Amino acid sequence: MNEPILQIHHLSKSFGRHQVLQDIDFSVNKGDVISIIGASGSGKSTLLRCINILEVPSSGQILHHGKDVAQHGSKTAAYRSKVGMVFQSFNLFSHMTVLQNCMVGQIQVLKRTKAEAQKHAMYYMEKVGMAPYINARPRQLSGGQKQRVAIARALAMDPEVLLFDEPTSALDPEMVGEVLSVMQDLAQEGMTMLVVTHEMAFARDVSNRVVFMHNGIICEEGSPTELFSHPQKQETKEFLARFRRS
Amino acid sequence: MDQLVKIGNDMVLLWNNYSGMYLNGIKSTLLLALIATAIGCVIGFVCGILNTIPCSKNDPLPKRFLLKLVRAVVRIYVEVFRGTPMVLQAVFIYYGLPYFSGNTLRFSNMWAAAILVVSVNTGAYMAESVRGGIISIDPGQTEGAKALGMTHVQTMTRVILPQALRNIMPQIGNNFIINVKDTSVMFIIGFTEFFSAHRYITGINNLYFPSAAIEMAGYLIMTLSASLLLRWVEKRMDGSDSYELVQADQLTMAAGTYSHPNHGSPYDEHHKEHTTGGC
Repeated sequence: MNEPILQIHHLSKSFGRHQVLQDIDFSVNKGDVISIIGASGSGKSTLLRCINILEVPSSGQILHHGKDVAQHGSKTAAYRSKVGMVFQSFNLFSHMTVLQNCMVGQIQVLKRTKAEAQKHAMYYMEKVGMAPYINARPRQLSGGQKQRVAIARALAMDPEVLLFDEPTSALDPEMVGEVLSVMQDLAQEGMTMLVVTHEMAFARDVSNRVVFMHNGIICEEGSPTELFSHPQKQETKEFLARFRRS
Repeated sequence: MDQLVKIGNDMVLLWNNYSGMYLNGIKSTLLLALIATAIGCVIGFVCGILNTIPCSKNDPLPKRFLLKLVRAVVRIYVEVFRGTPMVLQAVFIYYGLPYFSGNTLRFSNMWAAAILVVSVNTGAYMAESVRGGIISIDPGQTEGAKALGMTHVQTMTRVILPQALRNIMPQIGNNFIINVKDTSVMFIIGFTEFFSAHRYITGINNLYFPSAAIEMAGYLIMTLSASLLLRWVEKRMDGSDSYELVQADQLTMAAGTYSHPNHGSPYDEHHKEHTTGGC
């Protein structure tokens, strides 16, 4: 349980003069389910995008099994194939069917044969409950269905860690449940996950660690019980109070 | 009424005497337009792709320099060939080549000259269309591909270009139709196509109007069939509007299905079947 997959050291990111992340330090161990919470603009999504090098960090290190991957280079693609990502806006390939979406990465990046890729894709399509829809195109699906396909697509690459960037924020309220329940199943099966979310119930009940971000720094970090029941910092208390009231 | 009968008769007369010449013209026009549009598309895609290679400040200096140079060359090519008339380009290239090579290089084949001029011209237009097609694709598509670990080339060939191609199909059709019509200016270098058949035939018998009517109809038939064909191709590229559900074993409950929005609702056909069967 304690083998660290990712270690992030002194990570900073600025866009021009605007510093979005400041001196971020934390690590992700195998089997961790970490929820990253915080107000909009606190740098949660940028942190996740930096971890996948979709944004190149301005300074600091991201160690993947001890090797620094923070700068964009020839090894970036290989590293990304081990770190799956699920986006707020799904980003399914709109010219492919659902099944092709789950196969293309396996065939192109992992060099699996078509038959292997299909078998693997089907396994995960069933897992997310989308097996009947393999011939559909993304535009024919509802938001919740799209997100479940996106999760299957990421899983089909057999990643070590899955990053979720606000996976339910673009969904209608009645579809949030189906996506969260898939994520909950994954967490219970021991998948290592890093989830940026506004779903406080998910953060509290499913994750083993919660990170609260405020103005580009990690303000407070701890187990869900510690953070939700006994927040130490004033900012954390204020942030959580907003959710209690509603 | 008399005039209509007269022109009808004249057209039949022309067609009976010169149908072979008209049909040959149509064949040359279509072949030239088709080949030149295809080559033009390839040129356009190469230029469009070169123009959209990402270039960041962190790249090594030689790479940045090379990219800047390539972009400048593409830009000059596009501006020159989009900004001058094709008739003039034909003359320029056809007579320019022997002029500059001291008559050692010349076009022995009229087809080679015509294809070169028309495809280079089409390429200049297509380069901009392809660039537009690529930048119109949602950046999320690139991110989705990159997140799977795809390289830039894989992202382009598997994800971006197929979608860009679909988006610029109307432009390709546009260019083909323009080429069908505009190849008529190739008479300037002596290339015989549909319009030059008209010039030749009317030179013999002075039946300008009836011959022009035949030409009008001929061009319209070519462009209309091209339009229809393109619509059909576009429809096929979009794929079916509906899709078939693949029914796996209905008794198997995979993770996630229990919270499927239709499960247990009035829209859940299977569920309904079992319950009503029981009563």
